[in-house]
Amino acid sequence: MNLKTFKHGIHPLYCKELTARKEIERAPIPKTVTVPLQQHLGTPCQPLVKKGDVVEEGQKIGDVVTFVTAPVHSPISGKVKDIERYPYPVGGKVLSVVIESNEEVKEWPENNTGLDMDLITPQSIRDAVREAGIVGMGGAAFPTHVKLSPPKDKKIDTVIMNGCECEPFLTSDHSLMLEFPEKVLWGMKVIMKAVNAQKGDRGIEENKLDAINIIQEVVRDISPEIEVVPLETKYPQGAEKMLIKATLNRDVPMGKLPLDVGVVVNNVGTAAAIYDALKFKKPLIERIVTVSGNGLTEPKNLILRIGTSFKEAIENCGGMIEGGERVVINGGPMMGVAQTDLDVPVIKATSGITVLTGDEIKPKIYHPCIKCAGCVEACPVNLMPYRLGDLARLSRVDEFKRWGGLSCVECGCCSFVCPARRPLVQWIRVGKVKLREEDKPGSA
Amino acid sequence: MDKSREGKVKGRRQTGECMKEKEKVPVSANKTDESIVERFVVSSSPHLLKDINIPKIMHTVVIALAPAMVVSIYFFGISALILILTCIISSIATEAFFQRLRKRPITVYDGSAIITGILLALTLPPSFPVLGAVLGSVFAIAIGKQFFGGLGYNIFNPALLGRAFLQATYPVLITTWSKSLAGSGIDVVAAATPLALMKFDGEMTPYLDMFFGNISGSLGETSVLAIIVGGLYLRYKGYINWRLPLGYLGAIFFFGAIFWLFNPSKYPAPLFHLLAGGAMLGAWFMVTDMVTSPVTPLGQWIFVIGAGILVVIIRLFGGLPEGVMYSILLMNSIVPLLDKWTRPRIFGEVR
Ligand code: SF4
Ligand code: SF4
Repeated sequence: MNLKTFKHGIHPLYCKELTARKEIERAPIPKTVTVPLQQHLGTPCQPLVKKGDVVEEGQKIGDVVTFVTAPVHSPISGKVKDIERYPYPVGGKVLSVVIESNEEVKEWPENNTGLDMDLITPQSIRDAVREAGIVGMGGAAFPTHVKLSPPKDKKIDTVIMNGCECEPFLTSDHSLMLEFPEKVLWGMKVIMKAVNAQKGDRGIEENKLDAINIIQEVVRDISPEIEVVPLETKYPQGAEKMLIKATLNRDVPMGKLPLDVGVVVNNVGTAAAIYDALKFKKPLIERIVTVSGNGLTEPKNLILRIGTSFKEAIENCGGMIEGGERVVINGGPMMGVAQTDLDVPVIKATSGITVLTGDEIKPKIYHPCIKCAGCVEACPVNLMPYRLGDLARLSRVDEFKRWGGLSCVECGCCSFVCPARRPLVQWIRVGKVKLREEDKPGSA
Repeated sequence: MDKSREGKVKGRRQTGECMKEKEKVPVSANKTDESIVERFVVSSSPHLLKDINIPKIMHTVVIALAPAMVVSIYFFGISALILILTCIISSIATEAFFQRLRKRPITVYDGSAIITGILLALTLPPSFPVLGAVLGSVFAIAIGKQFFGGLGYNIFNPALLGRAFLQATYPVLITTWSKSLAGSGIDVVAAATPLALMKFDGEMTPYLDMFFGNISGSLGETSVLAIIVGGLYLRYKGYINWRLPLGYLGAIFFFGAIFWLFNPSKYPAPLFHLLAGGAMLGAWFMVTDMVTSPVTPLGQWIFVIGAGILVVIIRLFGGLPEGVMYSILLMNSIVPLLDKWTRPRIFGEVR
């Protein structure tokens, strides 16, 4: 097979066999959920409920009147116990609604029969997607209806579905494609209609051959205009710009967006959510989460309600294995955020929870750079990470900027390959913060 | 990314080896500046790292040098063994001494001092005095490495710097080679190297002898075969890039060929250039030294092609028969600049 890919990048051990062949399981309804009012990039929502209110599953509980935002809905039926700032899995605290379950469960219809495409218009799609609170579910959490509203002067010719899932351990998108391929494809057709694109491409990495086959079959049945593009397995293939390079061989210029080259990229999970929203008016209140890692008793692919605590999700997988230090990560090990508090909730963009322990935990000591060129060869954006890291540490922000520090996509390839164990991305992140502070007018 | 590596990744994935125990890193702390980062950073992804570290790389290089060492002991006998051991021990001792002096963690077990010792020994003639070998090792580590700040900060290849120092201190002894007489029962006898024979007497040595190492020369420079075996092993392990050895040898070959085509009776054939002297050792183990070679693809090309051209110029027109050492040292000096000038085009950047 002639597989497409981008330049550079790395081949981590994927460890996906822990969950790749496991069927998706539906977790029991949690007793309480903590629903952050901002689970997206953009303006935070205002609460629409008060302490003590009774809410129903799927009821909107937070919204705000601006364009770049996404409303949140109650994932369970019950009573509002608290509205306060709670820890958030991407860092810091966010105003959240705590709901206690009354054990009532609403039945959402489940079928994959498809949609009558003639009945919907681009505007009705955008409205439905916004109302359902759908955001990019691969990790970026950008409100999807914004992505589906390209400016008039930008012609979109291709929609790409991102089925790469290049993070080690994670298999939530993979199992979604295996078990609900129709949902994904109908969602994709809807997206194509919304942005008026003629062509659809789906990028799937070749380590998910079964998914490629299934999707190809379904494509033949319902939408032959979609092309399935098998890609070489490589990290970070799932990064938007890398994916566009790999599938279409188009370079997104620095500081520009995919829509500047006529492309809209969406994650397969997002597409499935769009289908549910249009077909059943079902808001985004649950998602598939891969709970995996060598620190877990029984790794699984779970359907979890938004707001379920990490603790409960882990307990649903038999808990953590005994002893030693652990790292619990929101997302996968390459780009995920390590947690200090297991009460943090699953949010719309939580594609996985990874628990690492023992020897998988990386050493904290680092050594001098031996100029092995490993990081330079790994960087998908062609930066010189070893130098950027040093410039950031020395606060030489002007040089940091000149050497392209702001183009870093924080994929972590450089730190991954470094034999001296230098935390390069960490330094580069700090460098970006320093640069922004310096650029702010009026700050000393 | 090449297919061979891809295959390996797949193989390991299928066997589910990801939970395999990682090797412990036998290196003590250098420094951690948590204080700087903690203020801003809430996370420190990636949480998973490749199974690689400095000692692992260095020890692989030592293994890759083993064939050349074995062959040198086979051809030159016990004197070769003594020289190699002397250089290794004095390199390690010097490194430890300076790290203690500078109150740095002692990292002599990371293998880099061993490599310097071996490489220095391999560039010495078998009859070289042991005291001289000690002096060369001390200089290589003290001035070549620790003076610049230790591993990673040195500009010049320490072993070559040590060898250059010995060339200045023992100009006669370092060019007194002996012919290997393995199995003949006689001890080594003095003889000129193929390069010296070519340069001063216009005499050529059979290629096959040069390939297997049955010639006179420095310990590790005689057997082209042993060096290539080690070099290919390093490439297989993924620790060196094709660009460096092949670019270097290619440049020597083509530049040598120009002169040869111009006047075949006066200048040696390009193949001779490749097989003679330290060209192979330099190509596989010296221009590939990570610390002292450029990190960018373009920089690496300039580095090795420049060095290759210098070898031919020094060999043909300089006062010395051999040019590998100076060619690499000279190019080492501009590596920091090369890294600066040859920054790759950033993805999506319009220049
Ligand atoms: S410098 Fe940034 S973009 Fe490049 S490898 Fe490192 S984290 Fe990724
Ligand atoms: S990977 Fe590490 S040791 Fe190698 S050049 Fe980059 S920072 Fe230096």
